[in-house]
Amino acid sequence: MKKTEILVIGGGPAGLCAANAASSLGAKVLLCERDGVPGGQLVKQTHKFFGSEKQYAGDRGIQIGQMLLEQTQSDPNIEIYTDTTVLGIYEDGIATAEHDGAHLKIDAERIIVATGAAEKFLPFEGNDLPGVYGAGAVQTLMNVSGVRPAQRVLMVGAGNIGLIVSYQLMQAGVEVAAVIEGAPNIGGYLVHASKIRRLGVPILTQHTVLGAYGDGRVQRARIAQVDSSWQPVPGTEQDIECDAVCLAVGLTPLTELCWQAGCEMAYIRELSGHVPIVNEFLETTCSGIYAAGDVSGIEEASSAMVEGRLAGYSAAASLGHAPEKAAALQRAAQEELLELRSGPAGARILAGIAKVAEKGGRR
Amino acid sequence: MLSKNGIPTAEDLKKVMPSEERLARGAVSITECFQNIPCNPCVTSCPQKAITMPDGINDLPRVDHELCNGCGICVSRCPGLAIFIVDKSAGGDTAVVRLPFEFLPLPQAGQYVRGLDRSGAEHGWFKVVRVTSGGAKNKTYTISLEVPKELCMEIRNIGIGGYRDEQ
Amino acid sequence: MRITEHPVLDFRRGEKVTFFYNGKAVEGYESETVAAALHAAGVRALSHSHELGRPRGIFCAIGNCSSCFMTVDGEPNVRVCVTKVRGGMRVEEQQGRGVIQYEEN
Repeated sequence: MKKTEILVIGGGPAGLCAANAASSLGAKVLLCERDGVPGGQLVKQTHKFFGSEKQYAGDRGIQIGQMLLEQTQSDPNIEIYTDTTVLGIYEDGIATAEHDGAHLKIDAERIIVATGAAEKFLPFEGNDLPGVYGAGAVQTLMNVSGVRPAQRVLMVGAGNIGLIVSYQLMQAGVEVAAVIEGAPNIGGYLVHASKIRRLGVPILTQHTVLGAYGDGRVQRARIAQVDSSWQPVPGTEQDIECDAVCLAVGLTPLTELCWQAGCEMAYIRELSGHVPIVNEFLETTCSGIYAAGDVSGIEEASSAMVEGRLAGYSAAASLGHAPEKAAALQRAAQEELLELRSGPAGARILAGIAKVAEKGGRR
Repeated sequence: MLSKNGIPTAEDLKKVMPSEERLARGAVSITECFQNIPCNPCVTSCPQKAITMPDGINDLPRVDHELCNGCGICVSRCPGLAIFIVDKSAGGDTAVVRLPFEFLPLPQAGQYVRGLDRSGAEHGWFKVVRVTSGGAKNKTYTISLEVPKELCMEIRNIGIGGYRDEQ
Repeated sequence: MRITEHPVLDFRRGEKVTFFYNGKAVEGYESETVAAALHAAGVRALSHSHELGRPRGIFCAIGNCSSCFMTVDGEPNVRVCVTKVRGGMRVEEQQGRGVIQYEEN
């Protein structure tokens, strides 16, 4: 049995910030990361982040990930287990993990779940052909492994991920045939859209993918316009020559551990799926279990970092570490979140949080 | 329309355009940022304090074109690559457009490159007058491009690669 | 195809190693996953669906889905998108559910 004060599950932006914050108040932390290197999706984000200086705006995601990781690695209060998948959280508060090829039990006084998100899929003919990739896979191949995922890609989805990955594909020397989006408007930041548009990439709203075709791998795709009820308009079909179809159709919170731990869950559309009900300190309905980052609602990495900090301070304070200092830091983090969410881009998140509050969750 | 195809309209652009009189006086920044998103590195990077967001981080950047001296630091700092510098002060028919660039190969000063507008359409070959690094960490380059004055509000990108030594 | 120059990233690939894909020698780098090395070598189909035998390639590349199951050194259902290349490794395209080899003792 491995003992620790705070177990942080997931070493992405929320998890790293949670560990660093909890430790800064004097708590002992164990951070478990499924991958060989912590950093989560930050390790593949080559673009500059938005936000303010408090969230390292203007730095590239990879640089932010590296900086947070160095802080975590050099902290004597934090132990990092990589290649470690947490498998369950049980009634007695014990968590289990696969670590070093063995089954490990972890006895933690507090748990911060920062497991992030999974990519959504899309039904269409041939969607199982090799060459139909999640946007994250494309990023992993080109930005982590340095391997070109394809020569010419059809991007499905004009949210931030679809737009950013299209730009990154072009930086990697890959052609982007088009970015298509089912909704009537571009969902991502318009500056990202303008960036790829002025490279000559068409962005087609109200378009969907009907199928991917080829002999054992994607060789072309068929797209069509959709009407206001999202039905393909006959006669508008066109074939796109491409060797990959990249799906950037949204993320959904990776909440298995929350469900299994018995946290009260709710389906909140604005937060992109089922999320744990949390209070203003990000504590779930299971006392001592916190949820931070995409697992508590899909948002930007900048908010995930602040949520991580908030959960880290809260968990540490609840164990009696520097409660006064913690209270000020918690308030500052809450204000930072409010500031990030105060514009039109954050309205959706705030609407989701309001629904969580109705269910007895955070304010 | 910007929200449908990523191309700002003439009406969008009118809102951020410096006056002709200011443009004639020299380099000035144009923030082609039309959406309220939580982002403010343009404000914090401006040494002249010419860019402000009175209503907080989700505000649109507001440029005081009198305070702005066209130094161009914001061009390589804007995470959205949405800021450009236009200098119409030189006599004759040419103006200089400075734009952010994050691709390889990099053109060199003196080379000719394809000038693209906001839709990616080509408008001919134009001379690169300067290539400035944003720094080892920043990695965004600023390309200064000599363009005919009538195209200085159109050209906002360059085609990647295939640069020529002669026009 | 591997990216040799990139405007933002530097790739440190480490030692070149040789492994075997369906018995054929393939070159990869020790910092790479099997999936990435095979992709660079032009291999797209990694596994096959159980019922219809349809080819499957990488989908998530972070060990979430099961699209890249291959048999590695005799062990079936290995997620090659999160398995690093090792010199001499034997990677086989897997048909169906794969067969677990039990050691006799």
